Amino acid sequence: MNVAVTIRDLSITYAKKDKALQNVSLEIPTGRITGLIGPSGSGKTTLIKSVVGRLKLPTDKVTVLDLPAGSAKLRKKVAYMAQELAVYHDLTVRQNLAYFTRVLGFKYSGVKRRVNETLRAVDLYDKRNSMVGNLSGGQQQRVSLGVALLGHPKLLVLDEPTTGLDPVLIENLWQLFHELVEDGTTIIISSHSMSEAARCDDLVLMRSGKIIATGAPKKLMKQTGADDVEQAFLHLVKGEEE
Amino acid sequence: MSLRPKGEKMRSFYTAARVLRQLIHDPRTLVLIFAVPPLLLWLLKYVFDGQSQVFNQFAPVMLGIFPMVMMFLITSIATLRERHSGTLSRLMSLPLSKTSFLIGYALAFSLVAAVQAILTTLVMIYFLGIDISGGTGLAIVAAISSALLGTAMGLFASAFAQTEFQAIQFMPALLFPQILLCGLFVARDQMGDVLYKISDFLPLTYSTDLMKRIAMESSWSGDHRKDLLIILCFIIGFLIIGALTIRRQEKS
Repeated sequence: MNVAVTIRDLSITYAKKDKALQNVSLEIPTGRITGLIGPSGSGKTTLIKSVVGRLKLPTDKVTVLDLPAGSAKLRKKVAYMAQELAVYHDLTVRQNLAYFTRVLGFKYSGVKRRVNETLRAVDLYDKRNSMVGNLSGGQQQRVSLGVALLGHPKLLVLDEPTTGLDPVLIENLWQLFHELVEDGTTIIISSHSMSEAARCDDLVLMRSGKIIATGAPKKLMKQTGADDVEQAFLHLVKGEEE
Repeated sequence: MSLRPKGEKMRSFYTAARVLRQLIHDPRTLVLIFAVPPLLLWLLKYVFDGQSQVFNQFAPVMLGIFPMVMMFLITSIATLRERHSGTLSRLMSLPLSKTSFLIGYALAFSLVAAVQAILTTLVMIYFLGIDISGGTGLAIVAAISSALLGTAMGLFASAFAQTEFQAIQFMPALLFPQILLCGLFVARDQMGDVLYKISDFLPLTYSTDLMKRIAMESSWSGDHRKDLLIILCFIIGFLIIGALTIRRQEKS
C-alpha cells in the first residue's frame, strides 16, 4: 500500500485558543477515499489545512506525496476545496473555471476542453453562462468543487463538500468521487455527517483535536459492535472517557 | 525574468483580463469611474465662475488628483474582496506567483485609469477650454501616472485593512494629508519648514508638481523627468510592499 500523506506527532495551537490538534499521527493511503469525521470544532479543518500547506508548520511533520506539505511542487498535484466558496461572484461559471484553468497552465484549446469536461462533471453545463452570484448555495459550492477538479490533482482535499446539498446531488457527487478514485486520485473528505461516513473507504474519527479511531467503516462497526458509524463513534467516545 | 517558470508572464495577463471581466459585469461602476472626474471638473469651472485665472491653475492639478483618489478606492476594495472571499488564498495554492498576481491587478486598473485620464483630459482641454502649454499628450501621461500611483497605494492600503470600512477610512488617512501638503492650496515654499520637509516624502507632491509644470511650460525638461521618475519609484515601491503582504501560509 502506498502512502499519500504522513503526519508525525503534529500539535497545533492557534493564538489564544485551545489546542486545535493534539499529537496527531496518521497515514493516509493512496487511491482511496479517506473520511475525516467528527463534530465541528474537532480539528478536521486544521488537519486539512496542514495537509494542503495552508498552515505554516514545523518542518518534516507532514509529508504529502513524498514532499514536505506546502512545497511549491505540490501546487499542481494537490487541490483543495475550502469551506469558504473562493470563487468570483461577479463572473460567470465558465469565466471562473476558465481563469483558474489558465492559471494552472493549460493552453488555449486545452482550456476550453477542460472547462467543458469539468462543467459536465459537476453538472453545471446548463448554468455555464450564469453569474455565480445569482446561483443557489449548492450550485456555488459545485463551482468551487469544479475549480478544485480542473488540474487533475493527484490528491483532492475537500472540506465539507456536500453540506447543505440535495440528497440526489450528494449521490451524484459520491459517484463522481468513486470514479476519480478509480482513475487513481486520492481523496480526503471531511464531514460532520456520520451517515456519509459509510461511503468512505477509510475513516479517521476525530474529537477535540485528537484522533479517536481509524479504519474501514465496517471494521469500526464490528470492533464496537455498533450498527452504524454514529453508534460506533459514541461507543468510542465513551471508551475514551472511561 | 528567467527565474520565473514558463508561462508566468501570461498569468499576469490572464489575471488582468479576469479583473477587467469582473468590472465589465458591473457597468454602473464603470460609468461612475469614467463620468465623475469630468463632471467634477465641469462643476469646478462654475465654482470659479468669473475667476477663470484661478480655475486655470486649479483644473490641471485636479486632473492628477481625481484619478488618483478613485483608483485608490477601487483598487483597495477590489483586492480586499479578493483577500476575504478566499480566492486569493486559493490562487496562492496554485502555480501563480505573487508578482504575477499584483502585476495583473496593476495592468487591469492601469488600463481603466488610462481611459479615465484620457477622457478627463480631453474634456478639460476641448470642452472646458483649459490651456495646457505642454500639450494634450503630456497631460494624459501625467494623469495616467497619478492614476497608477492611486492603484499602487490602494494595493498597499488593502493589506492593512481588515474590513471595507477601514479601507474607505484609509482614503482620508493616507490621501487627504497629501492633498493638503502637495502645493494645491498653498504653494509648498510658503509652508513651514517642517511641513515642507514632510511634503518632500509624499508622492502626490511630485504628481502635482509634474502637472503644474506641464500646464505652464511648453517644453519637456529635466525637472519633468525627475518628477516622473520619483512617481515611478513610489509606484514600484508600493507594489513591492503590497507583494510582501501576501502570504501563502497562515501562521499557526
